Amino acid sequence: MLQVNEQTVPFIKKLSIEDLAKAYKPNADLFILNGFPVSAKTVVQDGDNCVLIRKGAPPAAGEFTALLTARHTPGVHKKIQKVTVAILGLGGLGSAVAGALAKIGIGKMLLSDYDIVEPSNLNRQHYFIDQIGLLKTRALQENLLRMNPLLSLELIEEQLTEKSLPSFFENVDVLVECFDDPEMKAATLRSVLSQMKNVSYIGSSGMAGYADNNTIRTRMLQPGIYIVGDEVSEAGPGQGLMAPRVGIAAHHQANQVLRIILGEEEKRKDEYQS
Amino acid sequence: MNISLNGEQKTISGIHTVTDLLNDLTLIPGSVVVELNNEIIQPDSYDAAVLADQDRIEIIRFVGGG
Repeated sequence: MLQVNEQTVPFIKKLSIEDLAKAYKPNADLFILNGFPVSAKTVVQDGDNCVLIRKGAPPAAGEFTALLTARHTPGVHKKIQKVTVAILGLGGLGSAVAGALAKIGIGKMLLSDYDIVEPSNLNRQHYFIDQIGLLKTRALQENLLRMNPLLSLELIEEQLTEKSLPSFFENVDVLVECFDDPEMKAATLRSVLSQMKNVSYIGSSGMAGYADNNTIRTRMLQPGIYIVGDEVSEAGPGQGLMAPRVGIAAHHQANQVLRIILGEEEKRKDEYQS
Repeated sequence: MNISLNGEQKTISGIHTVTDLLNDLTLIPGSVVVELNNEIIQPDSYDAAVLADQDRIEIIRFVGGG
């Protein structure tokens, strides 16, 4: 058998990688055999892993899902594709959380922010210079779809309040709180605890500056309710928010989403057990 | 009186309400979440929420940045 673009296909003797491309990826112009680029005439052996690429061209939808499924193993990817995750605030945390979840092909994301991309955001937030002035929701949507064109995204572009939160998010599986404002952070946790009984929550507190990496932690407050950060490093003069440490916290949050989905953590409901 | 604050025993005096406790801990009322005996207390009730002996209080503090 051969692996061709992460799919298993029958092995045929004396076949060149170019012949394979005719069957599985016409127009391919780059041939990777067992991890190394090779010439088109290279003959493949039983058990080889072949990646056939058309430079710059996006893979077809089915091919892309097959790539992710193969990377994640089928059972894992099926669970990832089923969930809806809300990201509240699309700054340094939210834009990085969304990027990580986009790359693994999360089922659906609700992206919430009412702000625009400003020059001061670019030291840590995943936007580009030419996106200054765009709504963060629109800019992030554009960037995420370049990473994974199959994503399902819903944009929420109004200023949220403690009262309005449940109407937007009570049906999501996991809510990731990435706000900047501590009052909105507190309001979100209150709202989840008192109004959204089935929603798992990953909040954030304390990731400014460049203190020790390992003081950023994920702490369980109660089953399904987690908080990420060192819980003390406040953003302010002399202690700015910077991409590296904010990124550590963001990826704690993203990995916690994954752990909840895959049943590695206590959660608020048992929907993913099957 | 004795209370449990974030899982640790604490003896308090001159503190009667959640507001008093937050002031004593120098916490900003708007940026914390307070659970009193497993019930969320809304910020507009901090003044009225009277503490009793053996109460269990959880305070989650949020700092700015994201």
